[in-house]
Amino acid sequence: MADTSLATPVPVPRISRNGLLFALLGGLALWLPLVQFKANRIVAGEGLSLPGALPGGAGWGFVCLVILLLAAGLLYRLPLGWRLGLALIGLAAVILSLGLAAKGLTPEGNRVVRVAPASGFWMLLLAFGLMGTDALSRLHLSRKARWAVLCISLGLIWLCLASGLLNETSVMVEYRARADLFSRSLWQHLTLAFGSLAMALLIGLPLGIMVFLIPKLRRGVLGVLNVLQTIPSLALFGIMIPVFGWIALNVPGAAQIGVAGIGLFPALMALFFYSLLPVVSNTLVGLRTVDPAVHDAAFGLGLTQRQVLFQVQLPLALPVVLAAVRIVLVQNIGLAVIAGLIGGGGFGSFVFQGLNQTAMDLILLGALPTILLALVAGVALDLMVEAISPKKGNVT
Amino acid sequence: MIARLILAALACLLVAFLLTPQSFAWLFVPLTKNGAPPIYTQTGLLSLTLSHLGLVALASLASTIVAVGLGVLVTRPAGREFLPLARTITSIGQTFPPVAVLALAVPAMGFGAGPTLVALFLYGLLPIFENTLTALQNLPPSVIEAARGMGLTRRQRLLQVELPLALPVILAGVRLSVVISLATATIGSTVAAHTLGEVIIAGLLSANTAFVVQGGLIVGLIAVLIYEGFQQVEKATARRIGQMQQE
Repeated sequence: MADTSLATPVPVPRISRNGLLFALLGGLALWLPLVQFKANRIVAGEGLSLPGALPGGAGWGFVCLVILLLAAGLLYRLPLGWRLGLALIGLAAVILSLGLAAKGLTPEGNRVVRVAPASGFWMLLLAFGLMGTDALSRLHLSRKARWAVLCISLGLIWLCLASGLLNETSVMVEYRARADLFSRSLWQHLTLAFGSLAMALLIGLPLGIMVFLIPKLRRGVLGVLNVLQTIPSLALFGIMIPVFGWIALNVPGAAQIGVAGIGLFPALMALFFYSLLPVVSNTLVGLRTVDPAVHDAAFGLGLTQRQVLFQVQLPLALPVVLAAVRIVLVQNIGLAVIAGLIGGGGFGSFVFQGLNQTAMDLILLGALPTILLALVAGVALDLMVEAISPKKGNVT
Repeated sequence: MIARLILAALACLLVAFLLTPQSFAWLFVPLTKNGAPPIYTQTGLLSLTLSHLGLVALASLASTIVAVGLGVLVTRPAGREFLPLARTITSIGQTFPPVAVLALAVPAMGFGAGPTLVALFLYGLLPIFENTLTALQNLPPSVIEAARGMGLTRRQRLLQVELPLALPVILAGVRLSVVISLATATIGSTVAAHTLGEVIIAGLLSANTAFVVQGGLIVGLIAVLIYEGFQQVEKATARRIGQMQQE
């Protein structure tokens, strides 16, 4: 792998190019509307940019702060820690300005008016978010420090939401109208994503070991799973309904153990089928990449075939299997949204309800937590894979 | 050889079904209830398929051009500074659920083909960019050194040596991106894009399994055919540049 050290003979530019990119993004965002002011939740709104969205001169204050932060980011020699600090201040300022704008624009006691975050807000968030992640990734933190960063970020998000700062923004208004439904959807979404993962591991691991031990089966099993993977998610979810409806009706005892053609079950099964291929193929790849010399050495020590498999080969294959868990979990959190379309619950029900009503805020209420879940799962599992991988090992 | 015959047969079957869907109606009748129509007729299956493929092709073409361009840019000396940032963005971007990207594109673009195109384009960038990057960074240094020694300019090295050598891996990225796009475009019909998802959704709404199955079957078949087709092209290009098959 080519190392990208900065010690090139090219004359060092005084302006950080990344900083320039963030400044351009942020500068553009200042022109765009920060919030949409809507007379009710469905009509198209009127866009207000940062200076106009906040009461009094506060808007200009925030504009100056943002410009100052972006300009500081241009300095090439700025230490990375400082850069991270700038990004955090920027993110805080952007979120604070949204909260204040929503509070200022919503008339006292008015339950109909909505103040929604608009393109300018998202772009500012993107500019400072990129600035922060860029600094973080170049800091090369230790694993422990990265866990800490993950937890602190989650804590900060929780603090933003719990403090009531954003209470008047449209998404939070939408949330308060269905707080119970939201926690139920969260629960369903997690059940779908983790339940299907657990089932895939339960079936996929033995299947992977089996095709490793019996090479004749490999082509057939992987072929079938490959074809399953290419079926479009929407169709697979749809086909599960009649199939499991029929099974629940006609197979004695099936309905008692929870098999059903409606609700969560068909969605769970569809996600399970999608998860099988990554689990089986990674188990196989993991087992196959174990050095044959290790295998022979274990035999030489007098271990039985079964002992070699369970005490030597499987532990060595674990990083690759865990990489599959990461793929499956992130993929399932995203695909579980489609369950909302077939009555399987989860955050998808908000997304599709929102699409039907053209209620943007409702779409966001479903999409934002899904994205957050996927991001957290991705980062956390990356850290775990790294922790159990041999140093500098290559994990697929 | 047998695999190729099966694929050719599948392709013929697909074309025949799209041209004369009614002659396959008997196959789907057992899946319907109460005399519901076995074949979706609101819009022609052929026209839906073509528009589905058109959307995917357009979005994939745009993502390929942009992603390969960006991949080349960040591996040149002038763009090297962006490399860590680009890596971070791709790895974060790939955790974004495609459905969420699609739903979030709606407010910006309104309903119709627009948000679907945008979502397909954005989501399609990632695998192609990642593969372009991997390919360009893992070229054998001796070959690059030899090209430099022959006196080729930077531009000549890029166009005549680096890109041709990277082509199989880049193509693998395009394949991945196209297959994901095919499936995501299906969901595009929930935002009123004209795709095969329309058939599946109609089936879900009217509890007509025949519609769900035929919509899924068409998209699935196309995906398998495109996947295999791309793999053949990848193998051919790999052979051309004298690389051994890796797996």
